[in-house]
Amino acid sequence: MHKQSFTGGDAMSLPSSTTRGAITRATLTKDIRLEWRSKDALNSMLFFSLLVVVIFSFSFDPLAEESRRIAGGLVWVAILFAAVVALNQTWARELRNQVLDAYRVSPAPPNALFMAKALGNFLFVSLLEALMTPLFIIFYNLRALGPACQLIPIALLGTWALVVNGTFFAAISLRTRSRELMLPVMLFPISIPAVLGMVAGTTAILTGENSAHFWIVLLLTYDLVFTTACLALFEKVLDAE
Amino acid sequence: MNSSMKFLYAAYAATWTIHLLYIGSLVRRYRRLKQDLRELKKK
Amino acid sequence: MKRAFPILATFTALALVYASYQALRVAPTDALQGDVYRIIYYHVPSAWTAFLLFFINFIASVHYLVDSNRSASRVAKWMVLAIGIGGCVVAYVTPLPNGMRPSVAATTALAITAVYFVIGKYFSGDRLDMLAVTTAEVGVVFCTIVLVTGPIWARPVWGIWWAPGDIRLTSTLVLWLIYVSYLVLRRFSNSAQTQVLAATVAVFGALDVPLVYFSIWFFRTQHPQPVIGGGGSMDPRMLHVLLISWMAFLCFAFLVCWLRYRFETMRREVEEAQVLESLLGDDRGPSAETGNPKVALNRSGQ
Repeated sequence: MHKQSFTGGDAMSLPSSTTRGAITRATLTKDIRLEWRSKDALNSMLFFSLLVVVIFSFSFDPLAEESRRIAGGLVWVAILFAAVVALNQTWARELRNQVLDAYRVSPAPPNALFMAKALGNFLFVSLLEALMTPLFIIFYNLRALGPACQLIPIALLGTWALVVNGTFFAAISLRTRSRELMLPVMLFPISIPAVLGMVAGTTAILTGENSAHFWIVLLLTYDLVFTTACLALFEKVLDAE
Repeated sequence: MNSSMKFLYAAYAATWTIHLLYIGSLVRRYRRLKQDLRELKKK
Repeated sequence: MKRAFPILATFTALALVYASYQALRVAPTDALQGDVYRIIYYHVPSAWTAFLLFFINFIASVHYLVDSNRSASRVAKWMVLAIGIGGCVVAYVTPLPNGMRPSVAATTALAITAVYFVIGKYFSGDRLDMLAVTTAEVGVVFCTIVLVTGPIWARPVWGIWWAPGDIRLTSTLVLWLIYVSYLVLRRFSNSAQTQVLAATVAVFGALDVPLVYFSIWFFRTQHPQPVIGGGGSMDPRMLHVLLISWMAFLCFAFLVCWLRYRFETMRREVEEAQVLESLLGDDRGPSAETGNPKVALNRSGQ
């Protein structure tokens, strides 16, 4: 489908590879700037994450012997729910200002838009994690018995796994009733292997009982498979009315 | 032995109950569709 | 065509009665589990049927996504051929896990290719989507049965309803969740492109399945759990009854899918007629006499 440009004749013949990166960067910068300007949403999200951690610490006794075993699961479940709330917001703004229609008619490749959105969400969710993790460490007196540096690839790969599919399904859920409900309904089942990987990997490192190697490889595979699938199919989602 | 047989009967009963419930829902949807069709024909 | 249904229905009913008789009376009693193991003759065929239906849904969804685009369609065809031929080669050359026989793996690989081309030949456009929604719904029904009979079987045998590391039951649960979310999307989506969106979710779900399986498999090696349903070889008489049972349930599944598919055909015709009626309904001038609604009604009113 040959997309028309309204900005002028030159824009019709964009060289694809260099422009793709430039478009991604431009969209990402715009999103970050918008998010930063409307600090309300950011602050409420941060406060929400704090509340989640506190509720968990009341519900699951942090002084118990097994706290190190379940802490991995608690952290990631908390992050999962906070991420869903964050993901729901990011497309809603686009919809409000009819930016989606503008994207659809522009000559920009849909992948660039997707990558920008996914990267923006990734930064946003990572920010939430950066707040929640120290709080969990404090409340649960966590200390890694295994190699703590392995937590970094788990965190990065795990967050990307949630965000890449989350961004994709958030775009799909835009065209549904009960939009905020559809995102977790679609996202959670598909994310189960990734969540298992994150939780089991984190628990393995915290308890020091097992190697987290397999889980890191699993998360990496998951990320590669689904990033490819999202990039390949996003155009169809964007073109849907 | 007898107590574990009730699980066997429960499983078989559950299977057919689920199948019948689904077919029942199909029949219900079909009747509603026929009604819609009748209303359309009237107009 | 109309006479085929009652004949098939009668045959299926007889087959199911015969299969149940075989399962309850003819099959030998298990040495370890006693008679309660006979749940297997409902549990396992339902699982195989559900997986087959979900597989057909996946193929139909892929077709729906690629058929509109020439180059994508060609790429898909070559990939499917590669899977078929490559699968055969790999099955005989590399060592397979869990004592799987090479002929089984090769047949599975070829079946994927065969199903892809058969569905591509007999279904196109909208009918692909109708096939997708039919197989998804009926697949969820069979999958529900697997998830209900599984714990009912586990309780008397292992003393527990559910073992989180039970790779088969847990993978089936995730598959069930994925397809229920697929059906929820179809119900809640009010887009003109619901079908495309649903097809993408089906593709994502299918990509997820091997990942689910391997993640639970590794989890189990670290946390040993009982496996419900056991593994290993089976008494040939039991296998014989299992296959009879599966054939009967396949016929039953085919019947239900046929009903669902015909219902879907009717539903779309009525929907079309309703849309046309709402567009042309107020206009009672001469042009309305020659309009489409009445033609559509005659078609679906048969």
